[in-house]
Amino acid sequence: MVAAAAEVKLLGMWASPAVRRVEWALQMKGIEYEYVEEDLANKSAALLRHNPIHKQVPVLLHCGRAVTDSLLILEYIDETWLETPLLPRDPYHRASARFWAKFAEENCREATRKAFFARGEERSEAIEQLREQLQRLDEELEGKKFFGGVEIGFADLAVGWLAFWLGVSEEVAGFTAMDAKKLPRFAAWMDDFLRVPVIRDNLPPREKTVEFFSYYRDQQLAAAAK
Amino acid sequence: MADVKLIGSPLSPYVLRAILALSLKKVEYELLEEKFGEKSELLLKSNPIYKKIPVLIHHDRPICESAVIVEYIDEVWPESGFGAILPADAYHRALHRFWTYYVDDKWFPSLVAIGKAETEEAKAEAVERVRAGLLLLEEAFVKLSEGKAFFGGDRVAFLDVMFGCFVNWIVAAEELVSVELLDEATVPALHGWAVRFREHEAVKEVMPDSGRVLGFLKILQAKWKADAAAAKKKL
Repeated sequence: MVAAAAEVKLLGMWASPAVRRVEWALQMKGIEYEYVEEDLANKSAALLRHNPIHKQVPVLLHCGRAVTDSLLILEYIDETWLETPLLPRDPYHRASARFWAKFAEENCREATRKAFFARGEERSEAIEQLREQLQRLDEELEGKKFFGGVEIGFADLAVGWLAFWLGVSEEVAGFTAMDAKKLPRFAAWMDDFLRVPVIRDNLPPREKTVEFFSYYRDQQLAAAAK
Repeated sequence: MADVKLIGSPLSPYVLRAILALSLKKVEYELLEEKFGEKSELLLKSNPIYKKIPVLIHHDRPICESAVIVEYIDEVWPESGFGAILPADAYHRALHRFWTYYVDDKWFPSLVAIGKAETEEAKAEAVERVRAGLLLLEEAFVKLSEGKAFFGGDRVAFLDVMFGCFVNWIVAAEELVSVELLDEATVPALHGWAVRFREHEAVKEVMPDSGRVLGFLKILQAKWKADAAAAKKKL
């Protein structure tokens, strides 16, 4: 089923990993879409109408329906456009992919967020947690090039933000969680993932992203100090 | 069938989700109950990352996380028992999953906060948040049920299971703090749904009654109080 460009719209923000994740999926499937850049300091009426509870990007608009939350959008895309499946067919492997997606989205994001914003003991604990989580991911890659096997799949798209935004976070906030020597499989995965054309051609410019998150971090820390 | 095992206790609402799904599908399984406060070798081996129940073990392979387990059960036994749990179309599946996230991330923590509240003020605040969440879920129910009995319309579906596991927890919380939460006046549609859900053949067979949940909630409350006191001593 090929959708006309006007049928699929994505409300997004250029620096957001959750938004890129959706774009990767759309592009893997060859789905045409209209991208709308949101100013998160001045959210559009459309964004507020289509995601009233969380008021966040990404939001996928398709045939008048709004789908929110990037992992839910990925499942929706996979169930609506059947070429180039993101999730494997076998229920056990699907369960595994969903499990790792949740792990990357909840645990790793939370630990990274704390490492990025927190201070003192809370921060060092978070960095330690993140290291352990990366180790788990490294172990999961035993015998596999990607989480999805030979090609990238749902879990890779969910974990994928680490390949680019972890380095950005480490640089901006001045911490090191990733150790390529200790976690060679995960290090190799990060390189291989970023080399996949659909991913490589759909990443924000690194310097601009570092600048953005630096500014964002300063803002948030100043607000917290008040 | 010893081929399907479930580690957990029906007193955990997350385990209850898996139990409800297996009941809806009429799949036989062995329940391996964990002792409260202890974690078995099997649990630690099957769920090394989270070390939590529920864990479904099928063909000797573990599946963790309640939402992942319910979707797995639905995919492995698509036509069994009462049929499909996930809605047929992608958009409704997205909505059922969206509201499940909301229940897990925002709503249930506010219900737990009622039990953990140390002051009357904190309790009142938590009650307000639970009620506000229920109003949103009421709206969602009206939209998704389209005038029918369940979130899935005529059939019990994903969100019915993922939220319905809490219906007796709500009753227990109401009794614990003497407030009405799921009352007919403020949330009439949800109130009616809760009654019908409890009465469903696959649900009433397996759902622990609110008395049992209340007993468990009191044990948890004592534990939370002790944990909070110990944490204060550390400071």
